[in-house]
Amino acid sequence: MTREMTGAKMVVQALKDQGVDTVFGYPGGAVLPIYDEVFQQNDIRHILVRHEQGAVHAAEGYARSTGKPGVVLVTSGPGATNAVTGITDALMDSIPLVVLTGQVPTFMIGSDAFQEADTVGITRACTKHNWLVKDTTALSGTIHEAFHVATSGRPGPVLIDIPKDVQFATGTYAPPKPAVSHYQPRVKGDIASITELVEAMETAKKPVFYTGGGVINSGPAASQLLRELVDATGFPITSTLMGLGSYPASGQNWMGMLGMHGLYEANLAMHGCDLLINIGARFDDRITGRIDAFSPNSIKAHIDIDPSSINKVIKTDIPIVGDVAHVLEDVLKVWKSRGRKTDAAHVKAWRAQIDEWRGVKCLTYAGSDQAIKPQYAMERLEALTKDRKDRFICTEVGQHQMWAAQFLGFEDPNHWMTSGGLGTMGYGTPASIGVQIAHPDALVINVAGEASWLMNMQEMGTAVQYRLPVKQFILNNERLGMVRQWQELLHGERYSHSWSEALPDFVKLAEAFGAKGIYCDNPADLDDAIAEMLAYDGPVIFDCVVEKHENCFPMIPSGKAHNEMLLGEAETQGVIDSKGSVLV
Amino acid sequence: MSPLHIQKGSTSHSAYNLRPTFSDVEERHTLAVLVDNEAGVLARVIGLFSGRGYNIESLTVAEVDHTGHLSRITIVTKGTPQVIAQIQAQLGRIVSVHDVHDLTTEGSSVERELAMFKVSGEGDRRVEALRIAEIFRANVVDSTLTSFVFEITGAPEKIDAFADLMRPLGLTEIARTGVAALMRGA
Repeated sequence: MTREMTGAKMVVQALKDQGVDTVFGYPGGAVLPIYDEVFQQNDIRHILVRHEQGAVHAAEGYARSTGKPGVVLVTSGPGATNAVTGITDALMDSIPLVVLTGQVPTFMIGSDAFQEADTVGITRACTKHNWLVKDTTALSGTIHEAFHVATSGRPGPVLIDIPKDVQFATGTYAPPKPAVSHYQPRVKGDIASITELVEAMETAKKPVFYTGGGVINSGPAASQLLRELVDATGFPITSTLMGLGSYPASGQNWMGMLGMHGLYEANLAMHGCDLLINIGARFDDRITGRIDAFSPNSIKAHIDIDPSSINKVIKTDIPIVGDVAHVLEDVLKVWKSRGRKTDAAHVKAWRAQIDEWRGVKCLTYAGSDQAIKPQYAMERLEALTKDRKDRFICTEVGQHQMWAAQFLGFEDPNHWMTSGGLGTMGYGTPASIGVQIAHPDALVINVAGEASWLMNMQEMGTAVQYRLPVKQFILNNERLGMVRQWQELLHGERYSHSWSEALPDFVKLAEAFGAKGIYCDNPADLDDAIAEMLAYDGPVIFDCVVEKHENCFPMIPSGKAHNEMLLGEAETQGVIDSKGSVLV
Repeated sequence: MSPLHIQKGSTSHSAYNLRPTFSDVEERHTLAVLVDNEAGVLARVIGLFSGRGYNIESLTVAEVDHTGHLSRITIVTKGTPQVIAQIQAQLGRIVSVHDVHDLTTEGSSVERELAMFKVSGEGDRRVEALRIAEIFRANVVDSTLTSFVFEITGAPEKIDAFADLMRPLGLTEIARTGVAALMRGA
């Protein structure tokens, strides 16, 4: 095969050589040569979305559910700027993406040409790295380097801006070569620090594992090693929103999610522990609550591949920079070689204390036979789908997201797709499409709120076009539920612009798209309606009308500590002081 | 005391034993950053500082290795030890950055800055300016009957001191390069 080819052909060839099977994109003037090459081959499947933001979220869903980088192809100007929210989302949640954008020809750059935007300038702050390729000869090498950067170290989105004349011009194609890049993040942890951690584990009386998305990003081996370590030590484990599934919800050491809407037992364990082992999490403000009262009496160990995560928020006593799987392997090795010691008697007492906290049953809610409580809807969805090993859950952002995290149990990594860091309403629908593309026979459910869902509802067109049986399970309270909850707690119940007065009829909307619509507002009918949704072989919009004024508990109010959690409505009066109210 | 003004480490508003967190004393540090000499690399570094709210007191950049396409950026910044460590870590994860050194903590270093001063005046003031320039070993690089342009090299403090002395003598313009710095020894 000739190595001389056009830039456009190079793009497709480089993607093939990188093992890409799917590209999410939307054509436009500045990427037409690449689209022409996409048309003339069958190795790479192109998924036509309805909006560039949807392309990026779909690629995120694809990446998160497969562990492979997601690939996006969009045009210049508005194509690129529409992608910015998705790219930022991927940066915050460390999702590997390669975004290819068209650009006006090099000789027109800077002239305010039609559909010109300074794409590398705009995306510099929201990508891990980006490139403007001005020479066709450099194109294939840049694409290979882009895949290397996106997937090495802490993963993230990268962007390559390709002017149209570079796509038309001819150059020499260079196949991928083993690491020529100077970018080689460290994966092995320092063995002295690892030994220090093991020593702390041997004597800890009240240890806790606090795990995050880094475990999932590290790959399936990391989750396996984590399970082995947790089960061998008997230490209790909690996880951030991003890390759900790395340790199974049915596991005997599992305490549930921690943080602002985390479980009572998990948060109190964080507060009371004497050894906190952070594995691939970043002490996010949703987790820590008030910093100066965070886990006040613990030795803190932190395993992270990104050195800038260490000591960023919380001062760490035992920092370990490295990849989770590599570090956990060494931790297990050292711990075993020193005789598998733990302070079993104290750990047992500690677990008894946690069981006592668990006895509070913090997820209890007032049931109703009149209205569907959103928690009840989650419980029923869990009961009717938990046996499906191939169940993937996506969410939008808000109360429904927290209820899904609280009430659904995740047994495996890569089965839970949610926008954690950026909190992007509109993430779930396109993400569910990306997941379904990667797993055509799986059960993919997007647990949504009606307000979030409307933000990227155009992607139903994509679902119908590619016959993707995604289930859009909308908890419809006709409110921006989380905004409403904060206004109730913080702003004197003045519900400024937090409800929708003109919602569409979701069943008719589904039909207009060519999907199936299901309406349910009666708790007694809910099981049958969910069964109907699951039985239908095609995309479904499920309008689950729920109690309108339900608040999400437990809750650590802004500016408060883990042991100042609110368990229910009765405790909400005047809980957030003036210091807390400036926090988000 | 308003809840907005709780002192760090204070226990008066809290039932918890609050461990000391980070020192809040600000320090001045000089960082040497070796980067790929490519379009936009300076924007990446400056964008990091503005985006995360770090200070830049001075910044110099120029290519130092033509064949390796490497530039050296010298940044003088101010922050608490935690912030300085964050800056170093954040710089380190920029893909175009090869190496970051904190010259303030890694050992002793020398810092130099070049500055040019335009001093306008006549009579005694002019003579006095020239006399002080000699003491500071500043060179005259341009002269008219009513003005001098002095060129001075030294540590930033020396240049500050020279500026203070020139001000009453008719200082009209200053251009400073910012700090360039190297570690002492081999």
